[in-house]
Amino acid sequence: MKKKGWKELPEGAIIPAAPTSPEFKTGDWRIQKPVWNEDKCVHCLLCWLYCPDSAIKVKDGKVVAFDYEYCKGCGICEQVCPPKIRAIEMVKEEI
Amino acid sequence: MAEKLTLNLKELSKRTEGLASGHRACAGCPFPAIIKMILGAADDPVVVANATGCMEVVTTIFPYTAWPVPWIHNAFENAAATISGVESAYKALLRKGKIPGNKKIKFIAFGGDGGTYDIGLQSLSGAIERGHNFLYVLYDNEGYMNTGIQRSSATPFAAHTTTSPAGKVIPGKTQHRKDLTEIVAAHNLPYAAQASPSHWNDLIRKVRKALSVEGPTFISIISPCVPGWGYPEHMSIELAKLAVETKFWPLYEVENGYYKINYKPRNPLPVIEFLKPQARFKHILNRPDLIEEIQRFVDERWERLLWLEQRKPEENK
Repeated sequence: MKKKGWKELPEGAIIPAAPTSPEFKTGDWRIQKPVWNEDKCVHCLLCWLYCPDSAIKVKDGKVVAFDYEYCKGCGICEQVCPPKIRAIEMVKEEI
Repeated sequence: MAEKLTLNLKELSKRTEGLASGHRACAGCPFPAIIKMILGAADDPVVVANATGCMEVVTTIFPYTAWPVPWIHNAFENAAATISGVESAYKALLRKGKIPGNKKIKFIAFGGDGGTYDIGLQSLSGAIERGHNFLYVLYDNEGYMNTGIQRSSATPFAAHTTTSPAGKVIPGKTQHRKDLTEIVAAHNLPYAAQASPSHWNDLIRKVRKALSVEGPTFISIISPCVPGWGYPEHMSIELAKLAVETKFWPLYEVENGYYKINYKPRNPLPVIEFLKPQARFKHILNRPDLIEEIQRFVDERWERLLWLEQRKPEENK
C-alpha cells in the first residue's frame, strides 16, 4: 500500500473498505511451517477453527490449502489435529 | 430465539472466515479463533465496538483492519458506552423508519480484562443497568499484555508480571483475582456465562444463546497469552483446556439468576497442571504453600458454584 499524505487521509481514521489487513503479509514471521498430508486428513476442521491467522483455507467443508503468505508458524494446527490422524507436521523453515 | 443453538464446524466454516489474515497478533494468540467462533455464531449482521487492548491494537493498525464487519474503537474505558450509543442510534433509526423494520442487527462489544475488569467496569455496569440490547465479550488474558504485561485485577494470585515481579520480597501478585462474572451477574441481567475456546461447541452455543436473548448479555472467555503467561506458542488451546480441566476456569452460565455448570470434569486435575507450563508461575513450583493457596481458592469457588446451582427454576423442579 502506498503511503498517503495528510491531505489524502480520511478524517477520523475511518477505513472505508474492510478488511485491508491481507495487504500486510505475516508469513515471514515463521520459523517452522506446517506440512499438511491430504491423504491422512479427515477434514474435521479443527485446524481451520483454531488457526489464528486464517491461513487454512476451507471450501465446501473441506480443507483445501495452507496459505504460507500469512501462516506465522505457531503450530496450533499440529497440536489440535486429532492424535489418531496426525495429518499436520511442523518442520523447520529452510531459508 | 435462534433456530438451533449448536453449530458444527462445517456449518461454521460456511458462515465465516473469521478475522482476515495479516493482523499482527502474536503467533499462537487464541483470540482470533475466539472472534471466528463469535462472528460465525451470529445469525444476523453484527456491529462491533472494541475497547483498547491487544485485540484492538493488533487488528487495526491504520490503514489496515482485519475486521470483516463494521467496527468502532473509541477509548479504553468506554466500549460498553460506545456500543450503547450505536444500539440507541439503531433503535432511533428504526423508529423513524430510516432502517427497514425487518432489518435486524446485533451489537457486540469486545474488551480485554484491563478494559473490562478495571478501566471499563463503570461503563459496562452502566450499559447493563440501562438495559441496552448488546452482548459484551470479555477475552481474559489475565493482565495488561499489550503494554508489556502489567498486573490487572484479573491476574491470578502469585503470577509474575512486570508490576508484581516475583523476587525476594513478594512471590508475584499478592492478591487473588476478582470474580467479574459474579459482579456482572449481580446486575440481574438475562444472561451471563463463562466459556473457553478449547470447548468450542459450548462457546458457540453460549454466543448464540446470548444473541437470541433480548437485553444485555455477557460472556467471559479465557484467552491464554503466549508472551504474558510464558509458554510455547502451540500450547494456547491446550492451556485453555487445562484451565477448564483443573476447575481454574469453570464453564458455567447464569440465566435469569439461575446457575448452571455446563461442564464438570469427571477426573479434575490438580491446579498445578495448569500452572506448570507457564513461566509466570515457575517461581512457585517449589513453594507448595502458594500452590495450596491457589488450589484452596479454586476449590472454594467451585464449591460455591455447586451450591448456587442447586437452586433450580420452577419448571425444572
